[in-house]
Amino acid sequence: MLVYGLINSTVLALMALGFNLTFGISGVANFAYGAIYVVAGFLTWSFINQLCIPYFLSSALTIILIGIFGSLIYQFIIKRIRGLVISEVIATFGISIIILEFLRYVGFIGFKYSLPVFIDGSVEILGSFVDIQRLFIIGFVILLIAVLYLFTHYTKIGLAFRGIAQEEHTSLSLGINPDRIAAWSMGMGCALGAFAAIVILPLGTITVDSGYDVLISALSVCIVGGLGSTFGVIIASFIIGYAQTITATYVSAHWTMIVSLVAILIILALKPSGLLGHQKELEERV
Amino acid sequence: MKGNYRKERIDRCIKARSDDIYAVTSYREMWYLLFPRLIPIVGIALLAYFLPPYWKKVVITTCIFAMLAVSWDFLSSCGMLSLGQALFFGLGSYTAGSLNHYLHLPVYITVPAATVIGGFLSTMILLPVIRLRGIYFAMVTLILPLMLIRLIEATKILGGTEGITGLSPFPNVWFEITVILAAMWVALFGLRRFISSDYGLIFVSIRDNDRATMASGINIYSFKAQALFIGSSICAFCGAFMTHSYQFTGMPVFAMEFSILPIAAAAIGGIGTLAGPLVGASILVPLSEVLREFGTLRIVFYGFILVICVVALPEGIFHYASRKYNEMERWVKVD
Repeated sequence: MLVYGLINSTVLALMALGFNLTFGISGVANFAYGAIYVVAGFLTWSFINQLCIPYFLSSALTIILIGIFGSLIYQFIIKRIRGLVISEVIATFGISIIILEFLRYVGFIGFKYSLPVFIDGSVEILGSFVDIQRLFIIGFVILLIAVLYLFTHYTKIGLAFRGIAQEEHTSLSLGINPDRIAAWSMGMGCALGAFAAIVILPLGTITVDSGYDVLISALSVCIVGGLGSTFGVIIASFIIGYAQTITATYVSAHWTMIVSLVAILIILALKPSGLLGHQKELEERV
Repeated sequence: MKGNYRKERIDRCIKARSDDIYAVTSYREMWYLLFPRLIPIVGIALLAYFLPPYWKKVVITTCIFAMLAVSWDFLSSCGMLSLGQALFFGLGSYTAGSLNHYLHLPVYITVPAATVIGGFLSTMILLPVIRLRGIYFAMVTLILPLMLIRLIEATKILGGTEGITGLSPFPNVWFEITVILAAMWVALFGLRRFISSDYGLIFVSIRDNDRATMASGINIYSFKAQALFIGSSICAFCGAFMTHSYQFTGMPVFAMEFSILPIAAAAIGGIGTLAGPLVGASILVPLSEVLREFGTLRIVFYGFILVICVVALPEGIFHYASRKYNEMERWVKVD
């Protein structure tokens, strides 16, 4: 159970990181995130099975394409309504619905839509069998967090990210173009979503409904952790992940979705800015 | 030469007189004010009573979605952005369904009871998060209906995945239409009057600047809870009504369609006018009825409308029409 909890937590963290990146930097709540996740899955699937591109090449291609797609969404849609919260939410939610319901209409449902695992097989850890794929997820999350940390602290674009996250107008005066950087952050957030999809989806089949599930998981982890705070996201995903695993073991697997809602409610009652949220966010939220 | 002319737009003088001071002096001016209100009332009533039975149902559905959209717009003018009208709708629907199924109460008790109980339940559920603003509130309202679907699926309460069928219908279709039309116009004009009253002004001020409202010594959370109750009661009424109209309640009442269509209607019609969403709904619902053969592709179509309206036509139809109605245009010579 300890191991499964760990895996569940890292999966949640992986799902939430992309959403959190976009929101923390540009302040755009990307409600299309779940749709991006599903699209990435289908895209990789069709690259592999219809165009016969090797697995790793098609994964890389998907991540890049989805990243570009994300920044195009920003350029053509979000940029015009930046700052109008209601419009942003409605527009991204609209995009999400267009994508997901279109996929549902086309009929991507069934067992044949699943991605291959990296390495088949399982190992025994602490008395429970674990797929190697799940171990890969843990490894990737650690790697990803390290890369993200280095990226935001040591590269020019990364520093610009933090700049517009902290104070947009001041960074404008220092020669950072907020719109360009926000488009970058949107693209990177989407690319992270695609990455999460490629890593997580081999565990199951690709379904349209998982788009909504991913969005819900990402949202609840981000709310609990404090939006825009990476380490808050990690802590929150561990709390929710273990709580879900415990619920699934001792109560019933159906109740796991309720856990995140309860976590949100408790956090909002106790500490409305989230676990590691900053003072600025407290003002925004309450 | 056209280049030497410019278009001059002036508000009609009657607008100034009728807007705030109410110095309407002639039948012509009264007609000017009544005309835009009477046309939809009479028009929809005529359509509702004299269309063939299938299209009667469409009119009823239109009214239901119009009320959902009006309630969405009311909540958004109180600063609460809801992405989950399905929550309120579903709670009302389930309340009416279970009152009718388990307690065998007749329709004329279940619908009013479900309106109040559904509104109360929704308010209670959202009370812990009422302090949230903007997207945070939106996120929670988006999550809740999806969670409730899971809850019903998991616990198999209230009919589980099959839902509750065989509920008692309305006595006849005329009664049904009269009730829904009356409810819609009461909701629309009641909310319009309410929001422009001194009491309703507080709700608008919460949206505009909640800090300043708090600083004026007003307990904004109690006002937000009241707004939530009003808004969700309207949706709960729609839910209860729909339940008895289709004699069924079940998991589909929490479906995405009930959340997304009201928002799309409001985005087309014009956010913040209350009448705009009604215009939007009366365009969208019949249109989606025409597009019925496309199945779930309709929802894709709503999504497109949402994005296009929000990005390209942020004003909405109603704002545009009322501006054109209230102003004169003429070409004047540029000196």
